[in-house]
Amino acid sequence: MAETAVITVADLVKQFGRFAALRGVSANFAPRRLYALLGDNGAGKTTLLRSLAGLTPPTRGRISVLGTTNLRSICSRIGYMAHPSLLYDEMTGIENLRYFARLYGIEGDRRCRQVIGAVKLDPALSRPVGQYSQGMRQRMSLARALLNDPEILLLDEPFSNVDTASAREMSALLGQMRDGGKTVFVVTHQALLLEAVADEFIWMEAGRIARRTASLEPGEQT
Amino acid sequence: MKSTFTGLAILTALLLSWGLYQALVIAPTEQTMGDVQRIFYYHVPSAWTAFILFFINLIASIVYLANRSSKADALALAAAEVGVVFCTVVLVTGPIWARPVWGIWWTWDLRLTLTLVLWLIYVSYLMLRRFSSGGQTALIAAVLAVFGALDVPLVYFSIWFFRTQHPQPVMGNGGSIDPRMLHALLINWAAFSCFAALVLWSRFRLEVLRRNLEQTQALEELLQPRSSR
Amino acid sequence: MSLTWVTLAKDLRLEWRSKDSINSMLFFALLVVVIFSFSFDPTAEESRQIAGGLVWVAFLFAAVVALNQTWARELRNHVLDAYRVSPAPANALFLAKAFGNFIFVTVLELLMTPLFIIFYNLRALGPAYQLPLVTVLGTWALVVNGTFFAAISIRTRSREIMLPLLLFPVSIPAVLAMVEATRSILTGDFSARFWLVLLAAYDVVFTIASLFLFESVLHAE
Repeated sequence: MAETAVITVADLVKQFGRFAALRGVSANFAPRRLYALLGDNGAGKTTLLRSLAGLTPPTRGRISVLGTTNLRSICSRIGYMAHPSLLYDEMTGIENLRYFARLYGIEGDRRCRQVIGAVKLDPALSRPVGQYSQGMRQRMSLARALLNDPEILLLDEPFSNVDTASAREMSALLGQMRDGGKTVFVVTHQALLLEAVADEFIWMEAGRIARRTASLEPGEQT
Repeated sequence: MKSTFTGLAILTALLLSWGLYQALVIAPTEQTMGDVQRIFYYHVPSAWTAFILFFINLIASIVYLANRSSKADALALAAAEVGVVFCTVVLVTGPIWARPVWGIWWTWDLRLTLTLVLWLIYVSYLMLRRFSSGGQTALIAAVLAVFGALDVPLVYFSIWFFRTQHPQPVMGNGGSIDPRMLHALLINWAAFSCFAALVLWSRFRLEVLRRNLEQTQALEELLQPRSSR
Repeated sequence: MSLTWVTLAKDLRLEWRSKDSINSMLFFALLVVVIFSFSFDPTAEESRQIAGGLVWVAFLFAAVVALNQTWARELRNHVLDAYRVSPAPANALFLAKAFGNFIFVTVLELLMTPLFIIFYNLRALGPAYQLPLVTVLGTWALVVNGTFFAAISIRTRSREIMLPLLLFPVSIPAVLAMVEATRSILTGDFSARFWLVLLAAYDVVFTIASLFLFESVLHAE
């Protein structure tokens, strides 16, 4: 039984001047899965993710997310996280989240405490985010992406520079999110971290999807 | 297309030559100012031409904002560049005329000041285009053009009122104008308009070709297999 | 709308906490006043004529320093992406930033004005009550376009120089109005009414234009 794809990409091309970051990506992505986007630097993973988030308009081709090509209209159902933290260094975690929650029309602290707890951080922490360790910062950034309880999570290198314990916890959390009905995309260099939870591994090469596998073959670690 | 261009080029050459003859020979020497006044036949048409070119830039920018047409953006760029050139001519010929005649290099004359402000706005427009990184240069340039256009009436009124409060020397030909002078002026204006159209067209074609080349190169890069790093 | 106030409150709180930009800007403003006062040392009569120009040019330079850091915090850590990805209306962000800059620049003006009055022994011969009105309208004129052009400058190389390059030409009628209005009020020779109307018109036109076009600028790549 074919599920309706939650994201469809058709002949997606993205050029920055003469450099083509994406050279015709076509794929369907089913809902309630965890996809690992892998590949070398410059393969186009980040560009693809940003295109799905609506941050980078395509040069050519079509992107359809949650049934529409107007990505602004469904932006409240998407969560995005990148390697920069997307947080204010000078505010505490809860203050940051309180503000970003308002961007989604969420008032009050309850939701903020909930997501901070979900990433195993302390909501009462009064240290500004700028003084967090990288692992804590990535987790707080993930919490921010979860504020609006998005149906689709787009994460770019969430494990980068994060200590192994935190990374494993995040990976498990992402698996839980997927189990709870979310569709999760994770761009990473560290495929091993997702081995246990990912439904599919998508390998990108030179701006195209090279192959999609359901599991990691030995030797396909990065 | 090519024959129209050639035709226009010939017409321009003829009009410019005739205009030159009219300006330097036929038109009578101005009583008070002398022969220096003849620069008027280049100063004024340059100003009108520049204003028209900036108007074309505004229309092209609005069209771009409406439908993101690359050709509209190319026209906007070409019009801005050619407009700045003509504007520079006005700003240079102004002081050259003013100094021997009125003894001053500059006056906050309405036309001159408006030209200066437009020149500044459009030079900043060209700098924005030059310094902008990323694929949205056309969009932010078009936005700036709209802002510039909204500014123009405000500039006009502010200078007009300023001059009523602080009377300054008036640069210009005074009240009445000899019909032969008017004749020379109009011919030169026609000549300058054709010349501007010619240059604008060339610049526009050049820009469109340049973009096509870039597109083709980008497409080639797209189709070539890229070696993974 | 309430998002504007929330954002403004957040910005003010952050500024209060770090205090480094406001401190350096206050000092810069002070330096500007002192240098101007050294360079232009007029008699009492002359000073009323030129003070309008001096004060507003000084305000303009101080404002540019403030405006240049409008988006600095949002660019660090790419916070602006978080905004772009959310359903929050772009204009709420713009107004919050513009109001924040307005408060910022007004604080600088409140520092610089008494100093100018002292250094130039200024006394208004015309209706002094109009001066705050000129200041409010004039400051908004600089700030609304400044905030907008600061957002445009984000996407350019040489970001800091781009802002004044874009702002100064477009601000010319507003600056002329501010200067002339101040001069009329100080000298009492003319009525400042036309200039006040022009400033108000300028403010209305460019506030509407900015609100209309900011969304496109924010979501430009």
